Amino acid sequence: MVATLDLHVKHVTRIEGHGHIRVRARDGKVEKAEWQVPEAPRFFEAMVRGRRFEDIQTIVSRICGICSVTHTLAAVKAIEDALGIRPTKQTDRLRVLAHYGEQLESHILHVGYLVAPDLLGHPSVVPLVASHPEVVKTVIALHRLGNRMMEVLAGRKTHPVRLQPGGFTRLPTEEDLRSLQQELTEAVPRLTALAEVVASLAGALPAFTRPTESIALVNPPTYPFYHGQIGSSDTDETVDAHEFERVVNEYVTPQSTAKWARWHRDSYAVGALARFRLNHEHLMPLAAATARTLGLTPDCANPFFNSVAQVVESVQVVERSLTLIDELLTTGIRDEPRRAEARAGEGVGAVEAPRGILFHRYAFDAEGRCERANLCIPTNQNHGNLQHDIEAFLPEILDQEPDRIRLQLEMLVRSYDPCVSCSTHLLDVEFV
Amino acid sequence: MSKPRIGIFDFACCEGCQLQIVNLEEDLLGLLGLVEPVVWREAMAETSDAFDIAIVEGSVVREEDAARLREIREQARVLIALGACATLGGVNKIRNPMDHGEVTRAVYGTHADDPHLAAGPARSVAEVVKVDYRVEGCPIDGSELVRLVQDLLTGRTPRVPHHPVCVECKLRENVCRYELGEVCLGPLTRAGCGARCPSNGFWCFGCRGLVDDANIEAARTVMAQYGKSEADLEDLLRLFNQESEVGHGRHA
Repeated sequence: MVATLDLHVKHVTRIEGHGHIRVRARDGKVEKAEWQVPEAPRFFEAMVRGRRFEDIQTIVSRICGICSVTHTLAAVKAIEDALGIRPTKQTDRLRVLAHYGEQLESHILHVGYLVAPDLLGHPSVVPLVASHPEVVKTVIALHRLGNRMMEVLAGRKTHPVRLQPGGFTRLPTEEDLRSLQQELTEAVPRLTALAEVVASLAGALPAFTRPTESIALVNPPTYPFYHGQIGSSDTDETVDAHEFERVVNEYVTPQSTAKWARWHRDSYAVGALARFRLNHEHLMPLAAATARTLGLTPDCANPFFNSVAQVVESVQVVERSLTLIDELLTTGIRDEPRRAEARAGEGVGAVEAPRGILFHRYAFDAEGRCERANLCIPTNQNHGNLQHDIEAFLPEILDQEPDRIRLQLEMLVRSYDPCVSCSTHLLDVEFV
Repeated sequence: MSKPRIGIFDFACCEGCQLQIVNLEEDLLGLLGLVEPVVWREAMAETSDAFDIAIVEGSVVREEDAARLREIREQARVLIALGACATLGGVNKIRNPMDHGEVTRAVYGTHADDPHLAAGPARSVAEVVKVDYRVEGCPIDGSELVRLVQDLLTGRTPRVPHHPVCVECKLRENVCRYELGEVCLGPLTRAGCGARCPSNGFWCFGCRGLVDDANIEAARTVMAQYGKSEADLEDLLRLFNQESEVGHGRHA
């Protein structure tokens, strides 16, 4: 048995952004087990102050390259809320479609490029090109489809330009949507193949469980990413997004300088597994069948299964995109002028990033210039839960070889799909 | 000949430019036939100090990051600055003219003075070390990076456009954003993007930086002609071109 361990994993690899793991044990007892975030601060809440509402999306999209559509939509929803703009049904549907593209792209990137190498025993996806060419081809095809959806709907793969307050700066054509529908149809067997591969490898995920509170958007009878109220696995109460601070309850802990979040327990989890736990009843048929194939159940308390939930959601967004495009084509794409006028006001936008629920709040003056902003990012909400998982998991694996302990702790961090480059805020903004 | 070894490094940024490398999809496999990645924290667990070409994204905001960048520069035969945060400082520089105490208090409140949150002004990579080549844009277009690497491997001189986005926009027969009552940085911004934003119904916000010898006087004339003020132009220049002659004006 390894009684003594001193492990400092600097700059955990295959995650978005920078994080360290610091672990120390002596005589079989854990003395220190910490998740640390050393990412350079970027100060977005300050950067948007004084800016025109028309420039907010351009700035806050740059918080995160991999959640840029989600940050865009949170901002656009909050700005519309503040300016009293109600988007049309067509605008909502097209935004949701673009948002599905980002969920698919991000989930496939995470499962295929960042997690799969652990399950197949390789340090990166590069050796998989030779050892598992079919899997890599499937992953690339699905990843490209997610990007294609964002390109067709939002104008670019990363940092969209068409999604603006009041509507679309340019609409996709019906021909664009039909060709996307064709590609989505072709993706279904690829997703089934990917789910089979993941099902065959899920045994390589550590059998660790720690029950926690899951928080996500809920909007029955749908499986929501864009609309809805804040729900929790610990209560039937739902909270309007305007009161998100009541759910997030940021607090300072002496163990970490980053603020943590808690609602009914010491911490909570957001992300694909949280969404699945709260909304599994509303999955489309193939997505529900995929969950069964993968052995994913609503009482799942194993954080490593977040990656499995991402596979289920990849099926969900493709399946739902197909029906959504049907709905759009039945109505036909109508030319709608985009209107957004400045006025004083405050607004909130809540949407699901691939890695969990995201909140933006802005206040504008009468000229439409931003007075204050508060951005509450999913990875920040997960920091406390990840810390508690590390504390609970480490004693269970302390008798293993140090390299194996290190790998499993890194896998635990990766399972949260952290996006540290957007989460480096402590958020002590005074909002009155 | 053995394949040149590549290291990919990130500083303060959204990592969206690295993502464009992954977004090359099958072409990434082709690129891997030409070069060997030896450091790529976002995608690989291995790490190495032995690389020939360093690809660096992000801005430098802390002295510890500047020191790390200098080490990378010493190791690398060729250093490529990837994307607007590295080439210009990008949106990170928006806060540079602001009072830093106010900036940290706005974000970190009572923790504003915590030592690990200390950050100096955002700097581009070229403001810290010598940069050999630049790939512009926010985010970059992956094909521009591939072309640059191909040029380097075959000894061709990489080609940088010296004309403004307006030229590409007109070739695409877009309606001028000024005609639509908007302000657009197309007349001042370096081309090479195919006027992507105006072609998607949005104004150019200058993410590729200003063209050499940008004709700001002509831009002022256009602004006046369309009843726009210099402040309107500044609003856009203060996104990616904080230090341009005009964008600097308000805070000088």
